[in-house]
Formats: sequence, structure tokens, C-alpha cells
Amino acid sequence: MEAFLNSDYIKPMPYLLEGLVFTLLITFAGLFFGFIIGAFTGLGRLSKNKFIYGLSSVYVEVIRGTPLLAQILFIYFGLSQLMDLNMHKLVAAILAIALNAGAYIAEIVRGAVHSIDKGQMEAGRSIGLTKNQTMRYIIWPQAFKRMIPPLGNQFVISLKDTSLFSAIAVGEMVYKAKTYYATTFTPFETLTMVCVLYLLITIPTSIYLRRVERRLDV
Amino acid sequence: MIQVQDLHKSFGKLEVLKGIDANINEQEVVCVIGPSGSGKSTFLRCLNLLEEVTSGEVLVDGENLTDPKIDINSIRSRVGMVFQHFNLFPHMTVLHNITLGPMKIKNMSQSEAEAVALPLLEKVGLSDKAGVYPDSLSGGQKQRVAIARALAMEPKVMLFDEPTSALDPELVGDVLQVMKDLAEEGMTMVVVTHEMGFAKEVCDRVLFMDEGIIMEEGSPKQIFDDPQNERTQAFLSKVL
Ligand SMILES: Nc1ncnc2c1ncn2[C@@H]1O[C@H](COP(=O)(O)OP(=O)(O)O)[C@@H](O)[C@H]1O
Ligand SMILES: [Mg+2]
Repeated sequence: MEAFLNSDYIKPMPYLLEGLVFTLLITFAGLFFGFIIGAFTGLGRLSKNKFIYGLSSVYVEVIRGTPLLAQILFIYFGLSQLMDLNMHKLVAAILAIALNAGAYIAEIVRGAVHSIDKGQMEAGRSIGLTKNQTMRYIIWPQAFKRMIPPLGNQFVISLKDTSLFSAIAVGEMVYKAKTYYATTFTPFETLTMVCVLYLLITIPTSIYLRRVERRLDV
Repeated sequence: MIQVQDLHKSFGKLEVLKGIDANINEQEVVCVIGPSGSGKSTFLRCLNLLEEVTSGEVLVDGENLTDPKIDINSIRSRVGMVFQHFNLFPHMTVLHNITLGPMKIKNMSQSEAEAVALPLLEKVGLSDKAGVYPDSLSGGQKQRVAIARALAMEPKVMLFDEPTSALDPELVGDVLQVMKDLAEEGMTMVVVTHEMGFAKEVCDRVLFMDEGIIMEEGSPKQIFDDPQNERTQAFLSKVL
């Protein structure tokens, strides 16, 4: 037991778990705001209003067409310079995940809403519901179910993406690992544990999602 | 109840309705027949503004649908529509499908709405299905729920767009029976149908549509026994 606790694999754990808290915090907070952004822009991409459609499309294309690391640096250093402020790193990180995931979630939302049979909207309208009411009571609940698997997928992607925040010294798991092995010279053991911790979250999530997907299929 | 004057409808360059004139009186049951692609569905959909009218006038229950200031939703709640593919809400129980409109539009409480819905379910012969989801129903049962859903809004007119075309033959009868009962109660109905038997027996008047206009209209007797228009004759010789 003593030997186990003192192994080079276990010793970094307190640091890594501290980092994991930030990893999860950034992921969940980022996805929360990302979902709100994605819901609006996803619906915007289905809008007949050319301005709303255009604006949503530009946002989605810009985010999807540029690397996340560039977006992170842009938000943290670029925006701080432009607006002459000192952005908190954690705020920058959550904002970056929100804006990045928001664009992908927009496509998830657009696809799911688009996949609902046109007859549903017509049936809602024909009993006298407004467009918004039909959206809210009829289209959205059905579409949301179809969003769950791809949203879970996005969760896994964003979770892994948070490792890029080590570039701006946010204390998430990879950054914690780097600072740890810089002094202990045990990068192999430390990074192995980082991967194990990631996998402990991502694999059960994937298994769960596959099960949900199968259930939605039938 | 419904007055249509010189109704035109185009999708882009394709003119689908080329000047329709029709009057539908209160308590009248009018059947619309005609070949596929002749514009029957489009005509019906113009009557509750599921399609925007390109030109002409459509008056429903005294209100001009082409008036830009009109409250579309209020019109729609007075015009019930039944679709070929039922379009039930799959994430709601049968009962909830029917109560949704009364609750959201007429601001009824759930129990008030259920007091409206349950007798309607009984009327269409599906009292025992209130708590199930549409997926577990047969096509004929789905269509009867769809009729009950439309009736729950107490519409003044019911529009039916080929309500039995997607059904297995042995399920058609139940749906037609419900429609027959409705007609007997004095509901104003416009029915697009391929069921010539139903048209003969139940309709007060038959409109024959072809290529976006009403080619011929008359009593079922006139249309089926003594059609004047060549196109009507050709169509009937194919379907009868
Ligand atoms: N939303 C639409 N966009 C373009 N064309 C349409 C649309 N709806 C119907 N049409 C066309 O209008 C014509 C008449 O269609 P429809 O009213 O459905 O005929 P019917 O119900 O008599 O079979 C068809 O040629 C069809 O392709
Ligand atoms: Mg049709």
C-alpha cells in the first residue's frame, strides 16, 4: 500500500484532480452557454430572415473554419488588447468553449429541428398555435431528443479541448501535469494518469450515449 | 361560410391554382376530386393559410384571409384540418394531442380540456386509447385521433385532405364512418378524396378539379351519372 501510494503514478494525483475540477468546470460552464448560443444560432440558420440567417452563418463558418487554439489566444490576448482590459483566464476559457462549442451545437440544433417532419409544424399551426408555440410545444421537444447523442459527443470533444488552455496557463489538468513533471521529471507517469482520468470520463459517456442512441432509434 | 374568388396560387414560376371560384355554404359537405397534381391540396391549404394566397380573395366565416391585418391563428382555430399522414404529435399521449389546442389557445385548464377531449375520443371510438402514444395506434386509429384533435377546437369548418389515402383498405371504413357522422351533425366540410363511394353518398356537392381550375361542379348525381366535361368523363372512367 505504502509503495503504491508513493509510486510516481499516484503522487501527481492531488494536482491532477485539482486540475480536473477546472477541466470539468470550464467544460460544463462553457457548454451551458454554448448551448444557449447554439440554440439561437441554430434556429437562426433556419430563419427566413436573411439578416439573421447571414449573421448566424458567418458566426458558424468563422468558428468552424479556424483552429480552437487561435480562438483561445484571440479571446484571451486579442480581446484584452482591443478592449484594454485584463480578462480573467477562467472567464476567457469559458467564453472560448462557449463560442467554439456554440457553433458546433448550432449545427446540431439546426439538423435536429430540420429533421422533424414538416407536417408537425403544419398540424400545430392548423389547430391555431402560433409559430412560437408550435416550436416550443411540438418541434423543440422532439428535436431535443435527437440532439442528445450529438450533444454528448460535443461534451466529449469540448472536454478534451480544454487541454488547450494550458497555452494560457489555466490550471486545468494538462497544465497541472506540465507544472508537476517539470520539477519531478516523471512526464511518462504523470501524463499516463492524465490520460486515464480523461478516459474515465469519456469512455462511460460514449457507452451511455450509444445506449441512448439505440433507444431513440426504435 | 367560405367564399373563394379568383384564387391564384403560384410556387415560384409554377402556377398551381389558376383562378378558383367556389362557395361553400354552412352545413354543406363538399367533395373535391381530380387527378393527382391538379392542385386539390393546395386549394385546401389556402383555406387556412397554410399556403399564402398569390392573388384573389378567400373569405372564411366572414373574414378576408388575404387581408394582411388578419389574425391568422384565430382563423386557423376555427378551421379544422385533417391531413393525409395524420401528423399526430408523437411525443404526446392521445389525450394530450387533443387537449393541447384547447389549453394553449382557449386557455382551458387541464381538466376543462379533458372534459372536451374525452367525449370526442368516445365519439371516434377510441376512449380506451387516451393514455397511449400515437406510435402504438393503427393508421385508422391515428386518423380518428387527428379528427378528434381538430374537433376539440370547435371549428366551424373541417378540411380533410385525402384522409384515408394512407390507410390499409380495411381501416378506411371506420374513418369514413366518423366523417359521415360529422356530416350528419351538420358540420361544414370540404373533403379532398379518392373515395368515390363516400363522395356519392355523403357529399352535397362535388367539385372536379384539373390543372388548377374547377372544371366542373354539381351534385354527386350530376357529376357521377352525367358528367358534362370531357376531362371529368376521362377521370371518372379511370377511377370508377
Ligand atoms: N410547396 C410547394 N412548392 C412547389 N410546388 C408545389 C408545392 N406544393 C405543391 N406543389 C406543386 O403544385 C402542384 C399541385 O399540387 P397539389 O396541390 O398537392 O395537388 P393534388 O393535391 O391535387 O395532388 C403539383 O405540381 C405540386 O408539385
Ligand atoms: Mg394532394
